[in-house]
Amino acid sequence: MNKVMINVLGVSFGLLFALPVLASDGKLLATAGLSQLEGSGGGGLVPWATLAGYDSQDDIAASAFMTDVNVTDYRLTSIGAAACFYDRVELSYAQQTFDLPVGLVKALGTGEIKQDVIGVKVRLYGDAVYSAYPQVSVGLQHKQLDSDFIASYLGAKNDSGTDFYVAATKVHLAAVAGYNLVWNLTARATKANEMGLLGYGGPDNNDYQVMLEGSVGVLLSPKWVVGMEYRQKPNNLSSVEEDDWTDVFVSYLPNKNFNITAAYADLGTVATKKDQKGIYLSMTGYLW
Amino acid sequence: MLIKTSLFTLCFFLVACATPSKAPESLYKEIGGQATIEAITNNFIKEVSFNETIYRYFEKSNIKRFREKFNEHLCVSTGGPCTYTGDTMLKVHQGQKINETDFNTTVDLLVSAMAKAGLTYPQQNRVLKVLAPMRDDMLYK
Repeated sequence: MNKVMINVLGVSFGLLFALPVLASDGKLLATAGLSQLEGSGGGGLVPWATLAGYDSQDDIAASAFMTDVNVTDYRLTSIGAAACFYDRVELSYAQQTFDLPVGLVKALGTGEIKQDVIGVKVRLYGDAVYSAYPQVSVGLQHKQLDSDFIASYLGAKNDSGTDFYVAATKVHLAAVAGYNLVWNLTARATKANEMGLLGYGGPDNNDYQVMLEGSVGVLLSPKWVVGMEYRQKPNNLSSVEEDDWTDVFVSYLPNKNFNITAAYADLGTVATKKDQKGIYLSMTGYLW
Repeated sequence: MLIKTSLFTLCFFLVACATPSKAPESLYKEIGGQATIEAITNNFIKEVSFNETIYRYFEKSNIKRFREKFNEHLCVSTGGPCTYTGDTMLKVHQGQKINETDFNTTVDLLVSAMAKAGLTYPQQNRVLKVLAPMRDDMLYK
């Protein structure tokens, strides 16, 4: 983590523990899930059907998050916020900063790729814990790169794009030897190369493709969750191979104001660099 | 390697899920029978009496009757040798207009009551699993 991030973390910690009574309290602990890399409520890599706040049908909630992914040759920081309305609608924003290694900086003449993501999610059906069938939501993530320089250099057709997804999430009480099991399955229509950081579409494909993403987790206690995620990725750029992503994670959710997640992520080949593995750290604070 | 581990673990989960959960009867015995059921009920009543928001719903309740029926209900739900003689969940909660937030708070109180009665986390989950389907008869009625 860089210094700015640590400072922000510090300030957030202070803020969260100073204002504990403000956070919305309408859902069961952990049912707001975590913050997804693109700002939506979810797991880490995958947007879930759950919304990013502890709002019930009768109130609203807001949360802020920061995530740092540190793999072999790259680093990605994502910070953002989400607002949830009446356990029905989630609006989210994330800014991603993708830091390139020195070798590429020299070759390309630029050190980072920045992207903004605006998300909207609507819960269509259910309650992940209580309804007979899984909670189902639909959403979109509209993404815009700050600069199309690298994307177009690699052959991408666009510097912005919109992903559409449908997600189903279910918590099964006492399903695994008395422990609660949570799973999520998401289908995403996308043109994005490496989540959009390398642009949208390319010489090999410029159409929407449906990618499957999934998560499974077990609540070891009311406050600890372990699990794993998988995210399928398209391959639109012949110049840079793209791999599916996986991670294994552990989350600590001490209360409805704050949670923190550490994961080991395997991103495969990213922008010509093979075997990109490393640590994923994320925290979410629930403001009200 | 990671994917293999993932698949293995996923298989483990699927197998674990496919295994039928233990007969409810063993849950009643496992948590300690009638003494534990009564401890949960007493703890729950205490938790409610210290929670301003939830106490509202119980203000006009006959605590003696509530204790008796709640004991029976928990006993039956966990597979114990009892008969529930109270009203249906719908009738009990009708007219109270219980909102989602208060419902979830009450679940938290019950979880706390079970923990204080000595139930492990998996045992608490198994009790909640039996009670969870009754939520539809309680919420916004």
